[in-house]
Amino acid sequence: MLKISNLHKSYPIGGSSLHVLKGINLDIEDGEMVAIMGSSGSGKSTLLNIIGMLDEADSGDYILDGLPIKNLTEKKAAVYRNKFLGFIFQSFNLINYKNALENVALPLYYQGLKRKERQEKAMFFLEKVGLTDWAHHLPKELSGGQNQRVAIARALAANPKLLLADEPTGALDTGTSFEIMEFIQKLNDEGKTILIVTHEEDIANMCKRIVHLQDGVIMEDTFVNQVRTAQNV
Amino acid sequence: MKFLFDRDTWQELYDSISKNKVRSILTMVGVWWGILLLIGLLGSARGIENSFNRLFGDFATNSVFIWSQSTSKPFKGFQEGRRVRLTLTDVRKIEENVEGIEFVVPRNQNRSLVVRNLLSGTFNIAGDYPLLDKVQKKKLIHGRFINQNDIDENKKTVVISEDIYKQLFEKDEDAINEYIRINNINFKVIGIFENSNVNMGPSSDIHIPFTTFQQIYNQGEKIGWMVITGKPDSDINQIEADVKLLLKNVHKIHPQDKRAFGSFNLGEAFGKLTGFLTGMQFLTWFVGIATLIAGVFAIGNILLITVKERTKEIGVRRAIGATPFEIKRQIVVEAVFLTLVAGLLGIISGGWILIAMDKFLGQGDDAVFVNASVSISVVLIALVILIILGTLIGLIPAYKATSVKPIEALREE
Repeated sequence: MLKISNLHKSYPIGGSSLHVLKGINLDIEDGEMVAIMGSSGSGKSTLLNIIGMLDEADSGDYILDGLPIKNLTEKKAAVYRNKFLGFIFQSFNLINYKNALENVALPLYYQGLKRKERQEKAMFFLEKVGLTDWAHHLPKELSGGQNQRVAIARALAANPKLLLADEPTGALDTGTSFEIMEFIQKLNDEGKTILIVTHEEDIANMCKRIVHLQDGVIMEDTFVNQVRTAQNV
Repeated sequence: MKFLFDRDTWQELYDSISKNKVRSILTMVGVWWGILLLIGLLGSARGIENSFNRLFGDFATNSVFIWSQSTSKPFKGFQEGRRVRLTLTDVRKIEENVEGIEFVVPRNQNRSLVVRNLLSGTFNIAGDYPLLDKVQKKKLIHGRFINQNDIDENKKTVVISEDIYKQLFEKDEDAINEYIRINNINFKVIGIFENSNVNMGPSSDIHIPFTTFQQIYNQGEKIGWMVITGKPDSDINQIEADVKLLLKNVHKIHPQDKRAFGSFNLGEAFGKLTGFLTGMQFLTWFVGIATLIAGVFAIGNILLITVKERTKEIGVRRAIGATPFEIKRQIVVEAVFLTLVAGLLGIISGGWILIAMDKFLGQGDDAVFVNASVSISVVLIALVILIILGTLIGLIPAYKATSVKPIEALREE
């Protein structure tokens, strides 16, 4: 599904440059649920951004589903993002003047689907996250957990091959966090490949594989016994 | 073009405008005001031009008035201060020798007591040829102007103005074929004309045949002054100079004598006036378009701020698959929409102003604005300019919106 080899990335800071990723090698298979852990500055967000085609590596290869991701134009990157990837952000990043349904339907709009089709699909995914009754509410009228579920529905709407979550529980309390993680586990059970960036041990333990990042290199890459959230609650 | 008819395009537009209602409206005021000014000013300029045209429409504008005074320089044995009189011979000589002339109309004038029954008054009596009607069109309400037959037979006929009619006749009385006494001689009224708004030369309300005038006032060959009209394509200033030189030659006057002949060059004066009107129209376009550009820039400015505020939203949109083109397109459509709506409102309210102007300032004979209006082509030009400016100005925030990388846009708080 995803193959990264010898990936380097550095950012210019003033006159010098900061070497953030120093040769990353990572293979992720279909249906995996991977947590990327590391302290701040370890390069985990940078790695996620490169995987998410929001940023580009200086050198190294990145192959997504057999497709080499290199020297993409903005337009191509946008199309790939829309087709292959679903993003879940720490701060939800919903559009605040659009209601839940419209937010979920937005990626479908950029896919060029007809309005009616979009609405039906969006409604289907809202139902999946259990927010049918809240479809016509604005983000500010929803709780944090509900907003994150809308965001997940949005990420799912385009039927992506890979879900990328950047600290998905970072802005939520423990109870809600587990709720969201339970949901993400369920998606994984259904066969979705999921990549989560987190610095919380318990969240990472709910994944099937943990990749530890430190100072731009992978320190540890272990398969773990998944902790099912149902046991925690 | 399909996206223009897409409901979602307009939904997005509505969302982003209604999110910034006050700001959008304030911005639109700039463009609205610009167009309003353009339409209002152009309409007024047209109105003034029309009123001028109405005033001068009755006159052959390519003409010059020449009369005689007294010499200011001694010449060929004559002393200075000699009184010069123009004669009919001069008229013939001018007609024969000066190029580019259409008409030379000799005129005479005198003040006399005019009596009808118990009503009387002292008025200017002009002796005229039928030709006068060609250079200063008389709007006849009743009857006719002097004709060649009147001239040939020295007929005692008279054409009077409406004002004179009101002073000498009872209301609704039929004046045609009635008689009035001028200088104790009976004259038959053959025509009544409408008073003109503008008088060129001494005002004359009573016209009698030139030959009759010569007889009753013992004028002989002498004439008061003459109106010379140039052919449409000839230079009236050159004609004026040529005529004066010829007259000085005939009357033995020093070529440099500036006082001997007085003149009023209507063509020159009218040229200045039309030049002024052209200048005013240019100024109008300049002011209008400058204001318009200022207004459009205000829209660009606001969109720039809006884009800045929406950086994160634009980042999210791009993360979920919006291409830079789709983002740009939306912003340009927004800019064009705002300018166009503001422009249309401006055109409509500009139209109202012109209607009001026509109603309150454009009625009656001495109206300042006559039919103050703008042509459809001007409106269309203004709209095209608006669309072009709106697109151009929309491109600035559009490029600004996509110049930020989505990753940086997302990081923005």
